[in-house]
Amino acid sequence: MADTTLAYAQADPHRLRGIAHAAVAHAGPAPKRIVTGFGFWIFLLSDIVMFSCFFATYAVLVDQTAEGPKGAELFDLRRVAIETVLLLLSSFTCGLANIAADVRNKLWFQVSMAATCVLGLAFLYLEGREFADLVARGAGPTRSAFLTAFFSLVGCHGLHVSAGILWLLTMMAQVVAKGFRADIGRRIMCFALFWHALDIIWVAVFSVVYLLGSKP
Amino acid sequence: MSDQTSDQHRIDLAPGDEREGGVGLRVLGYVTGLGLALLLTATSFFIAGTDLVWQPSIPVAIIVLAIAQMGVHLVFFLHLTTGPDNTNNVMALAFGVLIVFLVIGGSLWIMANLNQNMMPMDQIMQMQR
Repeated sequence: MADTTLAYAQADPHRLRGIAHAAVAHAGPAPKRIVTGFGFWIFLLSDIVMFSCFFATYAVLVDQTAEGPKGAELFDLRRVAIETVLLLLSSFTCGLANIAADVRNKLWFQVSMAATCVLGLAFLYLEGREFADLVARGAGPTRSAFLTAFFSLVGCHGLHVSAGILWLLTMMAQVVAKGFRADIGRRIMCFALFWHALDIIWVAVFSVVYLLGSKP
Repeated sequence: MSDQTSDQHRIDLAPGDEREGGVGLRVLGYVTGLGLALLLTATSFFIAGTDLVWQPSIPVAIIVLAIAQMGVHLVFFLHLTTGPDNTNNVMALAFGVLIVFLVIGGSLWIMANLNQNMMPMDQIMQMQR
């Protein structure tokens, strides 16, 4: 009796007793695309948590203007609207590039990525102009706690966009040099996630900083 | 039970990936997302500058529109769904959102409390003299 039980246990350690599909439950790790994508998703969420600290700082300091200019006197909503549309369109073209990469269409991939790049650069140009204008009017980051928080928050988003554009150019070059290999495909997927996440953060920026801030 | 887990394993989706669909269908998804996002953005900017609505409602409306637009981005650009193949992605997002609310809500709450209980600034200056 004991011998038979032992033999049974060795042949079938989990006592599945021949349930055919139960053995498939341990099919090994998920495909690399899912592991990479999920890992990058976690990074993006932690990046958003970091941005939430900047948002919290801004919300706490928004009234501490040290008798300097308030947001309502500084913000130019027309420029912000143009920036918003530029970033939204770049998110769209980035999605097109992602589809082109999935169907391995090199021409459309490069065209969409180039469009994304141009739109992103136009956004950065407008933001740079805004910052230069503010500093020229004596409302630089050293003027008040409010302006320090403003420049940190919006500047941090701008730095992310700059890094995204460098990544974008790298991906264009890698597709030219190496084609749509599996690893390049994963990088393109991560880049698309990154770029869309930046647009989500910008939605919070233009709503909380500019639209709420333009109210007297 | 066990066949369910194996099924989920096989059909899990990476964040941002979609179920198989034609190129036209996928582009249409992005076009829909772009249209909705533009509409919500335009409404936000319009509400911020208008005198047509009750003024104290404007900040609430702007926040609601912003959250709605983030939802549009998540669904149409990041292809987040409620399906079982997306559970991991949604759970991670839910945890991220919880932390974001704790950080922002907690900071505002604590700092408002401190502000209220702090001695007026001119008295502090006098004490330091």
